Amino acid sequence: MAITWKMPKWFYQMGSPRWFYDISSRLLPGFAIAAALLLVVGAVWGLAFAPPDYQQGNSFRIIYIHVPAAILAQSCYILMAMAGAVNLIWKMKVADMIAKSCAPIGATIAVLALATGAIWGKPIWGAWWVWDARLTSMLILLFLYIGVYTLYSSIENDINAGQAGAILALVGLVNIPIIKYSVDWWNTLHQPATFSVIEKPKMAPEMWMPLAVMVLGFYCFFAVALMLRTRTEILQREKRTGWVRQLVEEK
Amino acid sequence: MYFNSFSELIDMGGHGLYVWACYGIALTILVFNIVSPLMAKKQFINELSRRLKRERRISDNNS
Repeated sequence: MAITWKMPKWFYQMGSPRWFYDISSRLLPGFAIAAALLLVVGAVWGLAFAPPDYQQGNSFRIIYIHVPAAILAQSCYILMAMAGAVNLIWKMKVADMIAKSCAPIGATIAVLALATGAIWGKPIWGAWWVWDARLTSMLILLFLYIGVYTLYSSIENDINAGQAGAILALVGLVNIPIIKYSVDWWNTLHQPATFSVIEKPKMAPEMWMPLAVMVLGFYCFFAVALMLRTRTEILQREKRTGWVRQLVEEK
Repeated sequence: MYFNSFSELIDMGGHGLYVWACYGIALTILVFNIVSPLMAKKQFINELSRRLKRERRISDNNS
């Protein structure tokens, strides 16, 4: 006996590149304004108005870039793997394009997290880099992004590329809990998590409030960057369809 | 503002170079992620529109 299992309507609409192109053009301005506002407010607040750390002084202000970048690099990876899985299971084109678009964004954000970490490490730990569990697992995240990106862009057949990229992304998902718990499982130099869902922040509110603003700003930025990249990908892959040709001729 | 003067804000208690380098790298990476898909889109539209015009010219000449 077959079980008929109906997914909600929006789930099927997501399979249509044209639907994604239309809805993203309506969502983009709002997210762009929110991202710009949150990032400017958060950066000014963190740089000029938050009090310095009693141990680390003003170098602590790097946190307002480092932590949002590290959080986003991991969230982006989870999204990339999930979109890859949706593509593997339901053969959904838009999910494939989203997964492909996540890879370069995630890679650059992982570079940002690693670079700001190194620059922060120099004055505080006295070293740019140590082979510590948190740092190493973050570096592996960057290599996974580069691997997935390479698979997507080097395999010419889009369907094969999508499957290969999605499988690597899903296998690499095991690294995410390793990053998260690395500070608990091993003795590391890296400090434990700044934010937790269940606990109250250990930081003073005037320090974590700008950080929360920056995290939100980074997520809004990610929404904008991901939509822009996916839209370009849609146009390139759908160039033979009537609606893309019409859109190009109207320009 | 926490700092007394603009030069103190730049200096960051001696850590200015580290802090500002991080914000500079962040700005570069964020801008890159916005500009690069927009440029790729523009290039794609230019190429396809040129091709469509060429195709139309050829079909007009033939008819």
